Amino acid sequence: MTREGIVNALVLVCLVLVPGWAFYAGETFTITLATRVVILALAAVGLNIALGLGGLVSLGHAVFFGLGGYTMGILAYHVQAYEPLFEWPFLFEGTKSMPAIWLAAVVLSALTAFVIGLLCLRTSGAYFIMITLAFGQMFYFFSISWSAYGGEDGLSIYVRNGFPGLNTLDPIQFYGLCFCVLVVVLWFASRLNRSRFGLALNAARQSPERVEAVGLRPFHLRLTAFVISGAVTGLAGALFADLNRFVSPAMFSWQMSGEIMILVILGGVGRLYGPVVGAIVFVALEHVLGDLSDYWHIYLGLLLLTVVLFVRGGLIGAVTGRRAAHD
Amino acid sequence: MSLVLIAEQVLNGLQFGIMLFLMAAGLTLIFGVMGLINLAHGSLYMVGAFCAAAVAGATGSFLLGLVAALAGAALAGALVEIVVIRRLYAKDHLDQVLATFALILIFSEGTRWLFGSFPLYLNVPEYLSGPVTLPGGIEYPVYRLTLIVIGLVVALGLFLLIGKTRIGVQIRAGENDREMIAALGIDIGRLYTIVFALGAALAGLAGALVGAIQSVQVGMGEPVLILAFVVIVIGGIGSIKGTLIGALLVGLTQTLGGIFLPELMKIFMAPSAATSVGASLASMAIYVLMAAVLIVRPTGLFGARA
Repeated sequence: MTREGIVNALVLVCLVLVPGWAFYAGETFTITLATRVVILALAAVGLNIALGLGGLVSLGHAVFFGLGGYTMGILAYHVQAYEPLFEWPFLFEGTKSMPAIWLAAVVLSALTAFVIGLLCLRTSGAYFIMITLAFGQMFYFFSISWSAYGGEDGLSIYVRNGFPGLNTLDPIQFYGLCFCVLVVVLWFASRLNRSRFGLALNAARQSPERVEAVGLRPFHLRLTAFVISGAVTGLAGALFADLNRFVSPAMFSWQMSGEIMILVILGGVGRLYGPVVGAIVFVALEHVLGDLSDYWHIYLGLLLLTVVLFVRGGLIGAVTGRRAAHD
Repeated sequence: MSLVLIAEQVLNGLQFGIMLFLMAAGLTLIFGVMGLINLAHGSLYMVGAFCAAAVAGATGSFLLGLVAALAGAALAGALVEIVVIRRLYAKDHLDQVLATFALILIFSEGTRWLFGSFPLYLNVPEYLSGPVTLPGGIEYPVYRLTLIVIGLVVALGLFLLIGKTRIGVQIRAGENDREMIAALGIDIGRLYTIVFALGAALAGLAGALVGAIQSVQVGMGEPVLILAFVVIVIGGIGSIKGTLIGALLVGLTQTLGGIFLPELMKIFMAPSAATSVGASLASMAIYVLMAAVLIVRPTGLFGARA
């Protein structure tokens, strides 16, 4: 086992043991924090597919996070308000079932990522960063002005959506569900990493000309990566909305995009568990520093600067001392 | 909907656009010369506004406030360049985005710590308040008209600086070939600091000027920053001319869209629905404009390279 493998295993063990301990000690708040970690990690794993594998610096992933959130919000809101979502061609009252919501969130995010990707991937470098940022703002302003679903105030969903066979209102059961989703997605990401597609995508990031020379089209590879990445982040958005039982335009804000990106960089770009480590550290800092000082963002900023300027390969890189496997 | 109203809105759009230009010009210069994406540019805008509000509040002089905004933002810019930004030139865009995002956090929370969360107010001076009657019977605030004039003068100054002076030659050379001008004996580190401070001063000036119309508060820079990004993407990164045209396009689209799209929608649907749909469309209009420009020209209207 490599050192990175050991670190990864330790991280997973932590994610099982800490909430387990919290459950026996009756520390419900810790379980909620852990759920937040897992869901944010999922969003960042999604971004890492575009960013780490594909080299696509997207500063607009809040689009998918917010879309996932609003998918959950809108579907559940119609059930809650007894107003059918649509009556033609058949009566659809919305849904409170998580699997259905997840499917809708993933499909919607993937479609949106396809359209946005089609436009944005015509550009590269700085243009790509700025245009994805601008798309994020477009959705943000749209959600603010769309008064049918709460506009600026957002939507509250009073009862968490259900999952067959589980009581999702019980924090530890909801945590377990989110954790399982994360593990499945991590497994998928690791397979993707080693698949023919993953290798081609890696190559397209490092040397697009050569990839083109052997008959592959970098644009198609990048677009596929962007769609997968958006779909995963959308799924995380649906879970995040269910955790808070609330969606608001803040999920579309560019600070959200920045935060998801921070998670990836803090942990280590292109490392499978980088986003997970990033999310653990971020939520812990938010909690600990937030208690110490109202101005905790200053310390977060200083820490980020230090990581960017002096630590190569993020926190996982600092611990394992090796460059990411694909470099 | 009278002609006078339309003319007023066009002037508002121009005023907004020219302020965006001040902001975007620095951003595009910094990107063009140093290849740096500076998310913290909005913080320098905020620094300018706070310097102006603090000094104008203490001395009672709006002009001194403006001078303070220019000096404060330039100083903050130079300091940040020397301490942090300098180490980022050789890094990739991702690291630049993150590091400058971190700078936003530090600047915003630092300002909140110094000045508190409540907005400050910067008053328009006596001699610039009140309306003026323009030809055609249009009543328009003197202050906003002054903003347009100041903006145009600064834009002209910037074109002359870039086009006619020695430092302008160096900046243009820096955009084309950094290694070469370093090899020719120009102190490239000093040039970078000057360009960064110049961009910061322009942002600070914009912040102070706009601060007198809106309130001066933490986080005021970020919405403008994103619009400035849209401007330079439309205009083509690195091109001052493109930035000016992009800024005016964005300013006019934003202002006129907010007024006319709801009216336009009323032709097709019920008034109440038209207002909300129109407002939604108006808030998205500039991003649609940007997407349209990029589909036709992926490097912006006047951009040379990707």
